[in-house]
Amino acid sequence: MSIVINHLSFAYTQGGKKLEPTLKDLCFTIEEGAFLGIIGHTGSGKSTFVKHLNGLLPCEKGTVIVDGHDLSEKTERKTVRALVGMVFQYPEYQLFAETVYEDVSFGPKNMKLDTQEIDKRVKQAMELVGLNPDVFSERSPFDLSGGERRRTAIAGVLAMQPKYLVLDEPMAGLDPLGRREILALLEKLRKESGCTIIMISHSMDDIANHATKVLVLEQGSVFLYDTPNLVFSHAEELEKIGLSVPSVTKICIEMNRRGAKIPASICTEQAFLDWFREGNAHA
Amino acid sequence: MRDITLGQYVAGDSVIHKLDPRTKIAMMILYIVMTFLVRQIWFMTIPLAYLIIELLLSRISLRYIFISLKPIRFLLILMFILNLFFTSGEHVWLDLGFWKLTGEAFLQSCFLSVRIVLLVAGASMLTLTTSPIALTDGIEKLLAPLKVIHFPAHELAMMMTIALRFVPTLMDESEKIRNAQMSRGADFESGNIVKRVKSMIPILIPLFVSSFRKADELATAMESRCYHGGDGRTRMHQLRFRKEDLFAILITLLFIAALVAILIWF
Repeated sequence: MSIVINHLSFAYTQGGKKLEPTLKDLCFTIEEGAFLGIIGHTGSGKSTFVKHLNGLLPCEKGTVIVDGHDLSEKTERKTVRALVGMVFQYPEYQLFAETVYEDVSFGPKNMKLDTQEIDKRVKQAMELVGLNPDVFSERSPFDLSGGERRRTAIAGVLAMQPKYLVLDEPMAGLDPLGRREILALLEKLRKESGCTIIMISHSMDDIANHATKVLVLEQGSVFLYDTPNLVFSHAEELEKIGLSVPSVTKICIEMNRRGAKIPASICTEQAFLDWFREGNAHA
Repeated sequence: MRDITLGQYVAGDSVIHKLDPRTKIAMMILYIVMTFLVRQIWFMTIPLAYLIIELLLSRISLRYIFISLKPIRFLLILMFILNLFFTSGEHVWLDLGFWKLTGEAFLQSCFLSVRIVLLVAGASMLTLTTSPIALTDGIEKLLAPLKVIHFPAHELAMMMTIALRFVPTLMDESEKIRNAQMSRGADFESGNIVKRVKSMIPILIPLFVSSFRKADELATAMESRCYHGGDGRTRMHQLRFRKEDLFAILITLLFIAALVAILIWF
């Protein structure tokens, strides 16, 4: 199963008038089990696009079909919202309950699961994000540190056990350790429960290291949609639309300018090391 | 949600727009007095004429006036009907036994409806032609004499400015939180009233928390830019009372004088 996006266009309305379209004729498929990184300049339509994945914004033109559920049908939205988990920017701002446990259980409760299943899922989700249920369950989410609050909010989405997890800049405002923890969590989710990850990020390094596919949006259209090494081999085009390439690629480009012959497809430290160890350094 | 606009200012550079906000506030108060002086529906033509002149001068589309009247449409209808029922009179138009429709009741209903429409339209002329900032500046200046009795005029105006400035921010914020909770399966659209009110809690609490945080941040930002209240504070845009303002007030007073004369005469 997969998410199929077919000729999706969208324009916001303001004061009864349609504005310039934010999304223009998007057409592609997100395969199950992928780690899709979405990059694009501010205002390129990234956030607008992900809001279509669980029906927060209506499909005006074109269709979004999640595992066979067409989001143009209003009745399908509820089903899809249980399938597609959504972690927004600064998700900690959505915390509202008196205790961490209660907040994390909000999603499963809305899914009308029985108490035992809810309890199981809440504890599982809390453990996944590294919050010990025995310690944190009864604490108020407003007494936690910034990183813990963010993880509580993510647990609240994970407790619904979504098949697809959409994250809009999940690492914004976190320290390096916090960033690594979130990325490790995403990798673990994908490997262990086969969860498809769709992540918007401004960190090309994180995208290069973790994504299996990269979607580049530019003014609401698909600019590139390919594997990270192929996307990041278009360094010049990316710079032109205000984006950049991972730091490893930058170093490679600089070295190539001085005579080295490093393939353009190298965009992670690992790939660089592998290439180096194969004895290509002197070639 | 997105389409709600508080402070419905329509930018422009007409004579009315350029008037001092204090003048416009005074004009509005005088206009309200005018509508309340009138006791018979036919004399409502005088405040109506005043309103039309102001509208023409301001070059604001009539559409905006209708928009401002939209929220009170149900109140208007209700009031119209209630007055038909509870006003007694002699000229019976229709007799249903338990209730008589009289000509007086009909006139009274029309009269009160016209008065309310004129009041709201006149008040919105003020907000349509005056930016919220200018308006609070004007209020501050008008209330300034009350500082003698320790009335916090500047603080009040500052609070109004800040409140107005944060309306769009909070709208945005509530939209975001709503989206997040909807993604977690929250349902705001179905169920009875108790259930619906309850379903607002996951939106309201984060909204309160974020307003407090924003207030705190704003206070810090203001203090670090040496804000210390109204004493000795100068303004970028000085309010100036000009010839045009005097003219506008005189015309308004003239209207009131004419109205009073007519009222005494008849």
